[in-house]
Amino acid sequence: MRLSREGRQGLTLISPTLAYALVMLAAPLTMVVTFSFWTQNYLDLDTTLTLDNYREAWGTPIYQVLLLRSLKISLIVTFVTVLLAFPVAYFLSFKVKRRKALWLFLITIPFWTSYLLRVFLWKVILGYNGVLNSALMGMGFIDEPMTFLLYNLNAVVLTLAHAWAPFAILPIFVALEKIDRSLLEAAEDLGDGKIRQFFRVTLPLAMPGVVASTLIVLIPTIGDFITPKLVGGTDGLMIANMIQIQFGKANNAPLGAALAITSMLVVASISVVIFLAGKKFGGKVE
Amino acid sequence: MKTGSALSRNWLVFYAVAYMVFLYAPVVLLPLFAFNDATIIAFPLSGATTKWFTVLWETEALHSAVENSLIVALSTSAISTLLGATAARAMARYRFPGKRGIVGFIMLPLVLPEIIVAVSLLVLLMQLDMELSLWTVVGGHVLICVPFSIAILSSAFQGLDSSLEEASFDLGETRWGTFRRIIFPLVLPGVISSMLITFTISLDEFIIAFFLTGTDVTLPVYIWSQLRFPTKLPSVMALGTILLALSVILLILGEWFRQRAAKRQGIEASATGGFM
Repeated sequence: MRLSREGRQGLTLISPTLAYALVMLAAPLTMVVTFSFWTQNYLDLDTTLTLDNYREAWGTPIYQVLLLRSLKISLIVTFVTVLLAFPVAYFLSFKVKRRKALWLFLITIPFWTSYLLRVFLWKVILGYNGVLNSALMGMGFIDEPMTFLLYNLNAVVLTLAHAWAPFAILPIFVALEKIDRSLLEAAEDLGDGKIRQFFRVTLPLAMPGVVASTLIVLIPTIGDFITPKLVGGTDGLMIANMIQIQFGKANNAPLGAALAITSMLVVASISVVIFLAGKKFGGKVE
Repeated sequence: MKTGSALSRNWLVFYAVAYMVFLYAPVVLLPLFAFNDATIIAFPLSGATTKWFTVLWETEALHSAVENSLIVALSTSAISTLLGATAARAMARYRFPGKRGIVGFIMLPLVLPEIIVAVSLLVLLMQLDMELSLWTVVGGHVLICVPFSIAILSSAFQGLDSSLEEASFDLGETRWGTFRRIIFPLVLPGVISSMLITFTISLDEFIIAFFLTGTDVTLPVYIWSQLRFPTKLPSVMALGTILLALSVILLILGEWFRQRAAKRQGIEASATGGFM
């Protein structure tokens, strides 16, 4: 195929970046897929192709439990985060008239402080001798520290909902900003009340933003192993912790690769479902 | 009707303020306990001190971690902005076959869990028998920073008026001359903004650094190792305070440059462009 001059120039210009992505992303991903079909015995790598790792990853109760739990936690986190974020995005788009950029900037600042430290700070806040307990005891609201705050699923959900807040707010905000305000006026003129307007006009048109936020929060949450390790206790451990262990202490990289690919496939299929559902229930924003 | 809308307005304001408190609760604690004169992180506070900052000053391991992180973050920001700029320019200026697929593939790291990126790079490096070092960390960081750089720079390149370029050619400038005297000055603020943001991302990135670093650790990996020791916590708080101040300054600068870029091109700076 002969390329036009413009096509050639464009391809030449993008080729270094593309080459980088091929070498640093496509090659490693291919490698990890291959790896998941190999087996490892201590230091010896057996390169006969086998499905053993997948059999182990899907068949062993511990991995099933961790995968299901990760999925459950990620879905809860995503739901809570997006639900909490929506009113804020709505407020920014519809109620704030001036200084929108300043509000957005204020929302993003906490996100730019070290992720590790933010997660850790929740541990400090929720801990037995932590900030919340010591403050409440100091003020005389409680007599002894509350123990249900830290090292469980709630702590993981709270911490992650906090960590991903700006990522949930921004896409919804952008979608809301795009809504033509005259549509709302039209709905009002045609007799729709505020609530009907919201459910029949605003929400369907905001759907692409909601889907984007949902995916942006869901995908990385599955792969997080810091939060479960710091605030999750034993009940909060997730599949990513197991992947990390397989690549580290357990020294079984092929099994780790199989677990990683399994969780990636699960996330990908859920993402597709969410995307299609959003398309079905949402309106078109052009 | 009037009272109804006033009520809903107030409800939303109240909610938004409460949300901001939730968002800032952990962040406010950093400076609070960094200057608190006690080894345990709990209320009530027991008086101000700067000794935790002095402790930082005297910790050798921390200094080398900071140095490593600076090397990684500076290299990452330079390389990813260069790769991001060429890609953004190609996307904004040219039509070429397979454009959607190529761009989608380059932006893919945005939607991949970081642990997948980290693990697959690790597997590749193991197979190639390559030593883990700061450069392997840079390699991983560039991969995840390029999409951010492209997102920032594509608005800068899209805002370029192509008639300026044509005018420059008509007036006898060469390609290089046009780039140096027209394009580069116009996108420079976007370039600086991209460099600052990728620098900040790399400086804070933990998961990839954790998997790909060798014996030289970066700052987040160092902090991770310190979190196990309760006595080290106040100085970690002090360190966090410094990092917070630094990121905020860098981000304000980045945003300022981005808005200047938009102004130069005579377009309104959109409120979200820089962060999306």
